[in-house]
Amino acid sequence: MHNKSVAELSKELESGKISSVELTQQFLDRLKSEDGKYNSFITISADQALAEAKAADEMRAAGKATAWTGVPFAHKDIFCTNGVRTTCGSKMLENFVPPYDATVTANFKAAGAVCLGKTNMDEFAMGSSNESSFFGAVTNPWGDKRVPGGSSGGSAAAVAARLVPAATGTDTGGSIRQPAALCGITGLKPTYGRVSRYGMIAFASSLDQGGPMARTAEDAALMMNVMAGFDPKDSTCIDREVPDYTATLNEPLKGLKIGLPKEYFSEQLSPAMEEQVRNAVREYEKLGATVKEVSLPNAKLAIAAYYVIAPAEASANLSRFDGARYGYRCENPKDLMDMYTRTRAEGFGNEVKRRILVGSYALSAGYFDAYYLKAQKVRRLIQQDFINAFKEVDVMMSPVSPSPAFVQGEKTTDPVTMYLEDVFTIAINLAGIPAMSVPAGFVNGLPVGLQIIGDYFSEARLLNAAHQFQQVTDWHQREPQ
Amino acid sequence: MSISREDIEKVAVLARIKVDDEQVSALEKDLGNILDLVDQLSAADTEAVEPMAHPLDAVQRLRADEVTETNQREAFQAIAPATEDGLYLVPKVIE
Repeated sequence: MHNKSVAELSKELESGKISSVELTQQFLDRLKSEDGKYNSFITISADQALAEAKAADEMRAAGKATAWTGVPFAHKDIFCTNGVRTTCGSKMLENFVPPYDATVTANFKAAGAVCLGKTNMDEFAMGSSNESSFFGAVTNPWGDKRVPGGSSGGSAAAVAARLVPAATGTDTGGSIRQPAALCGITGLKPTYGRVSRYGMIAFASSLDQGGPMARTAEDAALMMNVMAGFDPKDSTCIDREVPDYTATLNEPLKGLKIGLPKEYFSEQLSPAMEEQVRNAVREYEKLGATVKEVSLPNAKLAIAAYYVIAPAEASANLSRFDGARYGYRCENPKDLMDMYTRTRAEGFGNEVKRRILVGSYALSAGYFDAYYLKAQKVRRLIQQDFINAFKEVDVMMSPVSPSPAFVQGEKTTDPVTMYLEDVFTIAINLAGIPAMSVPAGFVNGLPVGLQIIGDYFSEARLLNAAHQFQQVTDWHQREPQ
Repeated sequence: MSISREDIEKVAVLARIKVDDEQVSALEKDLGNILDLVDQLSAADTEAVEPMAHPLDAVQRLRADEVTETNQREAFQAIAPATEDGLYLVPKVIE
C-alpha cells in the first residue's frame, strides 16, 4: 500500500478493500520502523491519526466521503494542529501545543484526511538543506549524507521514501520546489494569496505560501482542491473562484508556448543538470509544445532583494517570541530585558538570529530607504519582467536548483553559499506567481527537478503540464534504493 | 559593505537578542557577507519605480467591528510559561 498514490489509495478505500484504520496502522508501522534512517518527522501523532481514521471510516459509512477521506498524509511542522505539538523546527516552540488549527489543517480535517504527524524542517523555514532544524538534519533517501533540500526537507524526504503519499509544504524562496527537486518528487508553490496563511507560522508574510508535495501531479491537484480558497482569517488571501484542479489534467498540450529564461541557463548551472532539463523540454516539444527563449533581465537581483525583504519581515514576525505568553522562556530572568534577550538568544538557532539581525538592521533608522524600500522597488522590476515574458509565452521552464542534492555540511560555513542554492526559485516568490518542481531525470544517481513557472492563478495549467509530462516519463515513479 | 562591532551590538539590542563577544566576531563576518550580497541592489536603476508590498497590489480588507471570537483565556494560558489568577507572569517591571 505504501507505494500507492493518493488517487490510488482513495480508490482502495472507496472499494472497501481496506479500511482507513487498517491503512493508517500500516503507514504508522512503516513510519516507526523506517524513519530512523531519515529523521523526516519531528512528531508522529499515532493516537490522533487512528482517531481520525476511525472517524473517516464512519464518514464513509455515512456516505459523506471525499477523495481524501481516510487517506494518510503529513503536515510540515509549520502548520498549527490543535492538540498536536507544532515546533516550526525550533527550540523556541519545542513544547508548543497550539490551541487551534491552521485553515489548511482544518480543510484537510473537513475532507476526512488522516494526518500521521509533523515533518521536519529548517528552523522557522529558514534554510535550503534542513540542517538548521533544532530536531536534527534530515537525510535524503536518494543518498547517504545528502541533504533533502529545505526548508520543507522532511516533507520531501518522507514522500520520496514512501513514508507518506503526500505532505504539505511552504515556500518563501524555494522551500517546496528545491526539496521536491532534490528528493525526486512533485511540488507546487501556488500564487501568493491562493492558499490561506492563517495558522501557518509566519516567516516573511509577503512571500510565504503553502502548497502540495506529492509523488504525482495528479496527487498535487487533489491536495490543491483541499488547500486553495479564500479565508477571511488571512487578510492577504485572494477571494477568487477555485477550480477543480483535477478536471483539466488531461487537456492536450498541443500549441503550448514554452519560454526558456536565458538567465536561468547560466554558468551557475552544471552542464549535466542542463542536459536533463533540456531533455525534459524536448519531451514537451514531442507533446506539441513550442519553445522560445525569453529574458528576465532583473532576475540577477532577486537574491539581493530577497535577503532584505525576507529578513526584514522575519524580524517583525519573530518579535512575538518574547517568552511571555507561549514557547520557551529562559531560566531565572533577572528583569524583563534579561528575559527577552536570553529567551531569544537561547531559543533561536544561529541562522534565525542572523536573519533577525539583518532584518532589524535593514529596518533601523537611517537604513530603511537604502535597504527595504530599495528592495521593494527592485521587487517590482523583477515582477515586471515576468509580466512582460508572459505576454509572449504560456509557461516558462528552467532548472529548480543549480546542482543535485549536496553533502551535509558542504554549505554551512558561509550563509551566502547556502543562499545561492535558491538562485532559480526566489524571483518567483518576489513576483508572487506559481511554479512547480517536477522530476525530470538524474545526475550521478541523484534526482533533477524541472521548474515550470506560470502566470498568476495558472496552477491548473501547471498541473496539467506536469501531469502530461508524467504520462510520457517515469522519473516520478523511480524509488530510492 | 562591512558592518562594525558597534552596529552589531546596537542592532542586537534592537532585536532583543543577547550576543557575547565571540558571537559578535562571527556575526561581523557573516552579516558583512550578507550585506555585500545585498549591496548589488544599489546598482539597480529604480528611478520612478513604485515599491511593491503585495504581488497583486491588494489592499487590506476591513471587517465589520463585531465580536466573532469567544474568550479562550484558559486554553491560551495553559501553554504560557507562567500565569497566576488569569494573568501572565513576567519579571517585575515597575519598582
